[in-house]
Amino acid sequence: MTPLRQTWQVSLRGIRTLMRQPAYLGITLAQPIIWLLLFGALFKAIARIPGFHGGSYINFLTPGIVVMLAISSAGWTGMGFIDDINRGVMDRMLVSPVWRGALNAGSVIYATITIVIQTTVIVLLAWALGADYKGGIGGVLILVLLAGLLGAAFASLSNGLAVLARQRETLIGAVTAVILPLTFLSSALMQQSLEPSWIRTVAKFNPVNWAVEAGRSAAMQTINWGLIGSRFGLLAALAALCAVFATRAFASYQRSL
Amino acid sequence: MDLAIDANELVKTYPPDVRALDELSLSVQAGTIFGLLGPNGAGKSTTVRILTTLSQPDSGSARVAGIDFLADPVGARRAIGVVGQKHGSDPEATGRENLVLQGEFHGIAGAQLRERVADSLERLGLADAADRQAKTYSGGMQRRLDVAMGLLHRPQVLFLDEPTTGLDPEARAAMWQEIERLAGEEQMTILLTTHYLEEADRLASQLAIVDRGRIVVEGSPAQLKSDLHGDTIQIELADAQDATARAALDRVSDLTDVTLDGRTLRGHTRDGGAAIPAVLAALDAHGVKVAAVTLARPSLDDVYLQHAGRTFHRADTAHEEVTA
Repeated sequence: MTPLRQTWQVSLRGIRTLMRQPAYLGITLAQPIIWLLLFGALFKAIARIPGFHGGSYINFLTPGIVVMLAISSAGWTGMGFIDDINRGVMDRMLVSPVWRGALNAGSVIYATITIVIQTTVIVLLAWALGADYKGGIGGVLILVLLAGLLGAAFASLSNGLAVLARQRETLIGAVTAVILPLTFLSSALMQQSLEPSWIRTVAKFNPVNWAVEAGRSAAMQTINWGLIGSRFGLLAALAALCAVFATRAFASYQRSL
Repeated sequence: MDLAIDANELVKTYPPDVRALDELSLSVQAGTIFGLLGPNGAGKSTTVRILTTLSQPDSGSARVAGIDFLADPVGARRAIGVVGQKHGSDPEATGRENLVLQGEFHGIAGAQLRERVADSLERLGLADAADRQAKTYSGGMQRRLDVAMGLLHRPQVLFLDEPTTGLDPEARAAMWQEIERLAGEEQMTILLTTHYLEEADRLASQLAIVDRGRIVVEGSPAQLKSDLHGDTIQIELADAQDATARAALDRVSDLTDVTLDGRTLRGHTRDGGAAIPAVLAALDAHGVKVAAVTLARPSLDDVYLQHAGRTFHRADTAHEEVTA
């Protein structure tokens, strides 16, 4: 019981801060809104390429932007721990008997809640721009859930990296270096069958592609439960693995003191 | 008597080859205030980090509140309270929220937690500010919140790492009172690090001077001072002086540890009353004008000089120069 309570209390800390500064949500939404409008306009003609069968490009693009938003938002999660380390909050937490897993899990839950709110806004905006959700509300929920799960994995990675590196610059560098390549090496912006074969091969191992493919199938196309189930399982395993990494990072931080 | 802290030969090195702790041993009787005194970089904070389970020693052992902290760090964390050098509170959260989170970390919950949080806010004079964000607190209030967080789970041993650094004199006096109350009324064992000689003198019943990772001397403040046998003569010179003034005093018998710092000459003697005329005569013979002479019982500064071989102030600045 206590570990769960502690996890929730750590999440509450983030949620309260967010509620005191809701403008933060708006700032983080600006970027995906720009992607949606810009990529949507720039690549509109893709829908006319022979062999493209995603319907309108906005239909195709929306799940991609949702997933891209999830990883970029999750990438900044570790900033909170860097602030904690600089302010002495981290050391104070670590000399208490709190379960280390709760420190990461609480922060990841808070990050995931933020991602769910942000992706919901983007889904609604895309709908206003003409996206047609064939999968209905259920399909959209699965898309948001998959994005949240991928976000949870990235939030743990970000936390672990932050605690190990302790520098904002390192985290900023890692996030900017990772997001675009992972997005381009997936079917977020372009249909798989129209991509070079080496990208298709790489994409098989790309968690971003797992979330995009399964999310697109759920929200935009005829639901493919086999694909959704297997990708959901893979993403859940990845999120668990990343959480273990982040939890262990605290011990490594303490050894370096 | 029970030992609340019993540390043996703690060694801690940092790469490339900084020996922060060099076989440091110390023991603290339960229910006392123990002062760890030393300049910046002497190893005080490293000692606290290790004894509070934050950091691990390269070698050595220690028991805190009877618990071997290397074998059972979680058990040790339950028994100790820590007020670090930096503020440990979340500036975005209110005082009350900070305390609740701290309580949950220690497994306290529900009505018991609410009660304790309200009590400690009241006792440390933060009740009116309880629901304001900690970032709006003054320095003294933040420090009191830090102390409230360190005490919430009623620890047996409290670690205070430089609790009054950066506080104004009024807030410092209030903090001293609270520390004395904790040791007196609550019978708490307190390990206090400080680099204010005055603070150690006033609060600690037992004192250890740390220099370069080792304890150079240990005892009660009164004992340490009386071990020096004698008096300190302090002379304010009328004009800034070069080595002439110092050289003049070399010939005065029964005067040792002479230092010149700006216009202040200090020296140690067994009998101040007898030494003063000789000192004044020697200075006069060299044409050095004296503005004032004071005779003082030895201070902890003198104790420090005696055992660490340099003045406290000099050791502090030397470290700053190295780390800058």
